[in-house]
Amino acid sequence: MRRVAVIGAGQTKFSGAQEKCLSELFAESAFDALTDAHLQPRDIQALFVGNALGDFSEGQGMTPAFIADYIGAWNVPANRYDGACASASIAIRDAFLLVASGVYDIVIAGGVERAASLGTPLATRTFAMFSDSRYEFPAGMTFPGVFALLAHRYAARYGLPIEKLKEQMAQVSVQSYKHGMFNPKAHLRKSVTIPDVLKSFTVATPIQLHDCCPFSDGAAALVIVSEDKARMLSQKPVYIAGAGQASSGPMASQGEYLPRLKARELASKQAYAMAGVTPADIDVCELHDCFSIASIIAAEGLGFFEYGKAGDAWLRGEADIGGKVAINPSGGLKSKGHPIGATGAAQVYEIVRQLRGEVEPERQVPDARIGLTDTLGGDGGTMVSLVFKRGW
Amino acid sequence: MAIKLSFKEYDTALREGRLLGLKCGCRDFLCPPRAVCPRCGSSDLEVVQLSGKGKIASFTTLFVAAEGRDKELPYAMALVALEEGPYLIGRIENDCADKLDMGVIGKAVTTGHGVFGGDKYSAGEAAYPLFKIID
Repeated sequence: MRRVAVIGAGQTKFSGAQEKCLSELFAESAFDALTDAHLQPRDIQALFVGNALGDFSEGQGMTPAFIADYIGAWNVPANRYDGACASASIAIRDAFLLVASGVYDIVIAGGVERAASLGTPLATRTFAMFSDSRYEFPAGMTFPGVFALLAHRYAARYGLPIEKLKEQMAQVSVQSYKHGMFNPKAHLRKSVTIPDVLKSFTVATPIQLHDCCPFSDGAAALVIVSEDKARMLSQKPVYIAGAGQASSGPMASQGEYLPRLKARELASKQAYAMAGVTPADIDVCELHDCFSIASIIAAEGLGFFEYGKAGDAWLRGEADIGGKVAINPSGGLKSKGHPIGATGAAQVYEIVRQLRGEVEPERQVPDARIGLTDTLGGDGGTMVSLVFKRGW
Repeated sequence: MAIKLSFKEYDTALREGRLLGLKCGCRDFLCPPRAVCPRCGSSDLEVVQLSGKGKIASFTTLFVAAEGRDKELPYAMALVALEEGPYLIGRIENDCADKLDMGVIGKAVTTGHGVFGGDKYSAGEAAYPLFKIID
C-alpha cells in the first residue's frame, strides 16, 4: 500500500436552515480544499461524497454525479456514501484505500447535508431511519431516544447516581461551547454554563436540549493524494496513518454490551494498529458528540479513559486542551454543528488544521502531532476511526 | 440457508399476544428475528414462543417525537433483557410516563403489544412490544 496524505481541506460555515443548495454548499468547501492544495477541479480523478438525507431535504438523489459536473470534475466516478452520521468518514476511508492501492492519485472526499433545512419534525423522523425500521422505530424510537437509553444504561451499569452523570454530561457541553465560541465556522456560538444545561428543555430523559447537537446545514471536503503527489504539491501534508471501520446491528441486538459500542472499539483498534500508535499517543481528537453522553461513551471506547470514568475526566479538565487528550477543540458536533453527511469530513478538516497549527489561538492544541477522528453512524451501526500524522 | 421467521410472521404473532423468537442449536435465543445466530452464525434455527418476561435494563421518557407522532407524547421506552437472554426495545405501558425515574431499572415486565399505524415512509403498520411493569 502507498502512503496517502490530505493536502487540502475546506469547510463551509455550519448553520441553521439556509438557501444554498447541496451542489453549491459542497462546491464552496471543495473549492477551498482545492485552493489549499494548489489544484484545479480537472485534476480530480474521483469524487466520494457523504450525503445521507439529500432525498428528503432537497428531493435530490445521486448527489455526487451532479456535484462532480457542477464543480468541473467532468465525467469522473462520483460515489454517494450513506453511513448515517458517519457518511463522510466512510467516503474518506474509501478514498484512502483506493489511493493507497494505486487506483487513483488525486481524489476529493467529503460530505454535504441540509439537516437544518428539513425542520425539526422531519429531521427527527429521518434521523430515526438510522434505527431499525421494523423492530425499533414502530415503538417510537428517535435519535435522542437511543442516547437517552444509553445514558440511563451507563448510570446503572457503572453505579453512577444520575444527578452526577447529568453534571458530567453538562460539563461536556460546556467545554464544547467554550471552544466553539472561537470557531468562526461553528453553528452555535455562545457561552453556556452547567446550570444553563440543567435547566434547558428535556428532550428524552435524561437528555436536555443543551446535551444535544443541532441539526445543521453545511459541507466539508478534503483533497486526498498519493505520497508522490503530496511531496510535489504540499509543504505540510497530513498523512492518513491508520483507518478502521466496523458495523453493528440494531441497538437491541447490541444488548448486553451496551452502553459500550463494539463497532467503535473494533474500528479504533484497526486504526491504531495500522498507524502503530496507542491512545496515549493521540494529542488531539475530534469525536462524535451528537449527545453529551455520546462523548463520554466515545472517550472510553477509544481508550482514553477507563469505563465509567470519562465524565469525571471532563470535570477535571483531562479531556480539554492541556489535559490528557484535547477533545473536540472545534466545538464538536454540539457547537460546531452536525450536517450529518458532512460531519466526518469536518472532523478531518479540524484535525488537519490542528496538526498544521492553523486554527484560532484560543483553541489551538500546542504542538499537536498526532490526531484521531471518531465518527458514529446510527446507533453505532457504522463506526469509523482515522489516525493522522504530520508529514513534515 | 433460509429465513425461518419473517417480520410478517413475527408481527402477526405479536398482535395475537405471542412473542416469537428463534432458538439456535448452540442454545442461544434470538429476538427480534434474524437470519443467523449472532453467537455461532448458524441458520439452523427453530421458531419458538418466548415468555415475554424480562427486566428493564434501561428506559427513557420522550418529549419530542418524529414527524406525525406528536400526539403520542410523552411516552416511555425501554430496553428489556428477556429471561431467555435477548434484549428487546419497546414501549412502557404507563399513564404517567413523565414520572418514571431510575427506580424502574431492574423492574420485572411482561410483554404485550401496541400498533404503530404507519406513515408515508414505513411500508405500512407495525406492531411493537408494549411492556407492562409487574411489581
